[in-house]
Amino acid sequence: MQEGTPLQSRQVNRELLVSILNSPKWFFGALSVLGFIVLVAMSTAGFMINQGFGVTGLNRPVMWGFFITNFVFWIGISHAGVMLSAILRLSKAEWRRPATRAAEILTVFSLMTAMTMPLIHTGRPWRTVYWIYTLPFVPYDYARGIWPNIRTPLVWDPSAVYTYLTSSILFVMIALIPDFAVLRDRTTGISHRIYGMLAMGWQGNARQWKLQIIAGVLLSALILPVFVSVHSIVSWDFGMAVSVKSWHSTIFAPYFVVGAVHSGVSAVAFVLIILRYIYGWQNYIRHEHIDALARLLIVVATGWFYFFVMEVVFGFYGREADEIAVRNYQFMISPWNIWMMIFVGLTYFAPVAIWLSRPARRNLWIMSLACIFVNIGMWLERFLIIVPGLARKQLLTFDWYTYRPSSVEWIIIIGTFALVSMLMLTIARVVPLIPLYDIKEGEILRTEIKIGRVTVPAVFRED
Amino acid sequence: MAKSPILGLFETADNAADAGDALKAAGVSPADYDFLTDTPYPEGAFGEREEPHRLYLFPFIGALIGLTVGIMLTSMTQMAYPLAQGGKPILSLPPMAVVTYESTMLTAIIFTIIGIVFESRLPAFKEGLYDTRITEGYIGVLVNVEESELTQTQTLLTQAGAVDVVLKAERISA
Repeated sequence: MQEGTPLQSRQVNRELLVSILNSPKWFFGALSVLGFIVLVAMSTAGFMINQGFGVTGLNRPVMWGFFITNFVFWIGISHAGVMLSAILRLSKAEWRRPATRAAEILTVFSLMTAMTMPLIHTGRPWRTVYWIYTLPFVPYDYARGIWPNIRTPLVWDPSAVYTYLTSSILFVMIALIPDFAVLRDRTTGISHRIYGMLAMGWQGNARQWKLQIIAGVLLSALILPVFVSVHSIVSWDFGMAVSVKSWHSTIFAPYFVVGAVHSGVSAVAFVLIILRYIYGWQNYIRHEHIDALARLLIVVATGWFYFFVMEVVFGFYGREADEIAVRNYQFMISPWNIWMMIFVGLTYFAPVAIWLSRPARRNLWIMSLACIFVNIGMWLERFLIIVPGLARKQLLTFDWYTYRPSSVEWIIIIGTFALVSMLMLTIARVVPLIPLYDIKEGEILRTEIKIGRVTVPAVFRED
Repeated sequence: MAKSPILGLFETADNAADAGDALKAAGVSPADYDFLTDTPYPEGAFGEREEPHRLYLFPFIGALIGLTVGIMLTSMTQMAYPLAQGGKPILSLPPMAVVTYESTMLTAIIFTIIGIVFESRLPAFKEGLYDTRITEGYIGVLVNVEESELTQTQTLLTQAGAVDVVLKAERISA
């Protein structure tokens, strides 16, 4: 795990701050294109709010479609970041160093993007203010004699997501302080003042470093349980729903969590490959790192596949009519069965076949393709849980209807991908996406040891 | 009498550690000198003093406060808006569990962050002598000595291998 050449501190600063201090020529062009897509998506969302839900493909009984699918997808992506960062920090895995920051920031932005989806999905987003707005002591809805159910499991979701979002932002900010100090020392004018404020007078003395290292481990240990709670609670959005019996699966929580890790780690691997390519960070994001992520993904994907198969098997085992009807949809009725085959192929068989080959793991083009496969597959997975479960007559509905997303929904969904890309690109202009001090620490701890007749790279590790 | 800071810059960790040993031998209290680096070095690499802290208390205090707030928020909300559902009790424990758990964890994390900042003695805009070369990989040995001992300390740092010794305060700007 030490394939690169030794790096000097000055070289690390110069190369990793290139995204901030020397903005590439294409930066503003790329930002404009992505910004335009986001703007179109926002206008489309505005149009939808103005015209009503009639412009979407949503109709009884399929009232959850692309928006909620996309919400679950982005929540899933967010799980990579902190999970990867936290587990690798706790286990002191040496190859974590270039991956943690990008993963954590991807977590923050995908969570923010995910949170826009339920708001858009409400159709009248301003009404969410009424849930907390008081007149003067009573929430608005209560004051008007409307009694929303405050004990609904849907309340759990925002509480978990906001906890995770707040924790992730704080986690990132604390780890950024030493790097803000590097930027403070390398900038002038207003940038210098801003980075100076953010660095809070960081000097890098022994006490500050000790606390910084403990912080990484302690916060990782605290955030991991939150990370597990978030996607399990998202799964209970489905599992606790009264009327849709096919969602009443006891395996949903671990199935969702492992699925989230699968899609999230793939997304992080893809982001790292992109960063390596656009900023020329070959010295930092090396083939060995992508290789390690791919090997981790084989295990995660197989774990996910186990839960997927068990979820299907349990559905048949229970022989409940609603469950069998959904399985009928998913496996026997076109186009759902075709989507199902595509989903399983893209999520498991194709990428795992790729990851089993060492040359493929070290080919960044093939790895990118595998990561894209996983994320298309995982998006489809959420879609195939939500829509077939709803697109049939339910206990509390009086009709059934299939679902075809409208162009409005497509544009908004594409807009969310542009939004995350735009935010990642923008943040790369402001903060180093690879932690400088972590890379430098790796360099001072690296050594070589002679065993018999070979000299092998090694790394010193503190307890 | 107020002490004055002096900062020696070293290229290698060995030289910085030698400077630490020399300072100790010269009778400078370990509380009066510190090592400034751009990356964490293994604890004790420079023979520096132990840094006791109470960071581990913060998450526990935060968790306790969060747990209390979570229980109060969820139970008082249910009592304030008594919506009867299917004969179930107004004050029901299952809907409280998740929100209480999240508030416990959130407050524990927020308190940990406060603890990290507090125990790291940040913000510290007005403190110490600093040189931007530290974030280029130089190791700074920051010593606080009496005005009369500045020349002697400067000689000591230079003899230990300092590539430069800074006396004039370059304050860390905000």
